Amino acid sequence: MIMEKLSDAGERTVGQSPVRSSPSGNRPAPPPRTGEPAPDGGLAVAARDFSFWYGKTQALDSITLDVPVRRVSALIGPSGCGKSTFLRSINRMNDLIPDTRHEGEILLDGSAVYSSGRDVVELRKRVGMVFQKSNPFPKSIYENVAYGPRVNRLVSSRGDMDALVEESLRQAALWDEVKDRLDRSALGLSGGQQQRLCIARALAVSPEVILMDEPASALDPIATQKIEELIHELKDRYTILIVTHNMQQAARVSDFTAFFFMGRLIEIGKTEEIFTNPRQEQTEAYITGRFG
Amino acid sequence: MNPKADPPVGIPEATPASVSAPPGGPGPFRRLFPSRQRGNVQDQVYGFALKGFGILLPVLFLFMVHRIGTSAWPAIQTFGWGFITSQEWNPVLRDFGALPFIFGTIVSSFLALAIAVPLAVGLAIFLTELAPRWLAGPVAFATELLAAIPSVVYGLWGIFVLVPFLRFTIQEPLSRRFGDTIPFFEGPAYGFSMMSGAVILSIMIIPFISAVTREVLVAVPREQREAALALGATRWEMTWQVALPYAAPGIMGGAILGLGRALGETMAITMVIGNRPDISASLFAPGYTMASVLANEFTEATGALYLSALMEIALLLFGITILVNIAAQFLVWRVSRRGGS
Repeated sequence: MIMEKLSDAGERTVGQSPVRSSPSGNRPAPPPRTGEPAPDGGLAVAARDFSFWYGKTQALDSITLDVPVRRVSALIGPSGCGKSTFLRSINRMNDLIPDTRHEGEILLDGSAVYSSGRDVVELRKRVGMVFQKSNPFPKSIYENVAYGPRVNRLVSSRGDMDALVEESLRQAALWDEVKDRLDRSALGLSGGQQQRLCIARALAVSPEVILMDEPASALDPIATQKIEELIHELKDRYTILIVTHNMQQAARVSDFTAFFFMGRLIEIGKTEEIFTNPRQEQTEAYITGRFG
Repeated sequence: MNPKADPPVGIPEATPASVSAPPGGPGPFRRLFPSRQRGNVQDQVYGFALKGFGILLPVLFLFMVHRIGTSAWPAIQTFGWGFITSQEWNPVLRDFGALPFIFGTIVSSFLALAIAVPLAVGLAIFLTELAPRWLAGPVAFATELLAAIPSVVYGLWGIFVLVPFLRFTIQEPLSRRFGDTIPFFEGPAYGFSMMSGAVILSIMIIPFISAVTREVLVAVPREQREAALALGATRWEMTWQVALPYAAPGIMGGAILGLGRALGETMAITMVIGNRPDISASLFAPGYTMASVLANEFTEATGALYLSALMEIALLLFGITILVNIAAQFLVWRVSRRGGS
């Protein structure tokens, strides 16, 4: 379906775009570029020939990419392209789904995520996650933020916990809105506040990497803007990977962008380059809205 | 098209009865069955039949309460409140008090609940969170089969297997060791006892509780589980701190279903509880339940007052069951509100 649309789009644009080559130039794609490492650091997350299957369906095909430290990297692509699967592979969230398998490796700070001796709990403490649908626990605002530090036994005294909760809520730009009602149910917050609470909850365990799976897709424009501003502020301290359907969002918030298509990484590079001068015609077709 | 267009001419019933009420107001029949649409005979018959079913059951309920109430009236007049506070049950002297039966019913049911809930919830957690699929299916099926066994079969198994086992393996050693110090283990071990009744009830209600618990655990949103795991919770922490609290109202609902069954259960418990209308702190002493005394004595209830006393017990059992259900609904409502929006 998507392929049809793509080649349709390709034919329609012949003559308009001087960079187009053969109509069947969809595949095979040349080896993708990798994102350039940030000047101050190495690679937070790296994938090496990583493939993933749900049962017999292959969702990811030999993904190789590097995610630089303390930068925002966006994963874009049409529905079903594998970007969420890839994101959820980094903290092994896909382990919950029965009948899946993988090949290749994902590295977190150089060590293999899928190695047999890997402590998944420790991995998930280092790699926080924010989900598409905000999912606060049906507990108080305070307890939501305190949950992570508590299960990981990060703090011992009540005072330290109070400080950690406040700091996390401040980092998530939520403190001023909720400081007077920390003991109220988190479910009473608005959608955007709930999502920022989930971000605060993830920050409270001091992760190195934060995975965001379409964090603003269910929010109104104002709430979305707040989340984007927040991402902007957080990138000084955290490595952020964000999956998004919204290309303007990817362009606004990210330093690097990776384009996924049908389980393959088509292109990765600096966001402004991807959006102004993509090397692959599939990328161009997607970002100009010709399909997807 | 204007959605507020007038109804087609010739079908005046299409407007609500309150708007186009004829001078004398709609008849009671019209009020009970306002016809919104006339056109289709099949729909009319269908709607009429369903309303009939809907009304039939409340009517039946009221009729039963009325029948039992009038039959119990002589006993209520004769004994007053004394009926539920007296421990005497002497048909020969026509002296009737229901306290031992109320005690037996409530104690055996709550004991059964105390045994069954941890087992059933544990089983449900195992089946939903831990068991591999090839094992979960058969175990769940076998558990649900327990619910299909007729209660008289449980009773028979109770008499020949459970009662001797409890007597010789559990009760006698406990009685020897703790009989003098702990009142619950006092007295001779007959086997037929409150303990046997509670154990057999607990086995009978486990399938209900575990089936409901399993369903509500499966219904815990994946996002909630993922939220906990993504924060570095272990499976154990995820289950106990997130999945179970989320499912708690449903689990309580399952426990109530089990309690309702235990309160009303008759055959199996009658066969193992010993049927002696005494109130004893000892779990080894025989007891009697309201349902059991009804089943045992209605055939020999000679005399109007005897029968009336049994009817009053039936009314009380009915009332207790309703009260427990209301209390339980309230509890579920409270729990589901806590933490909710």
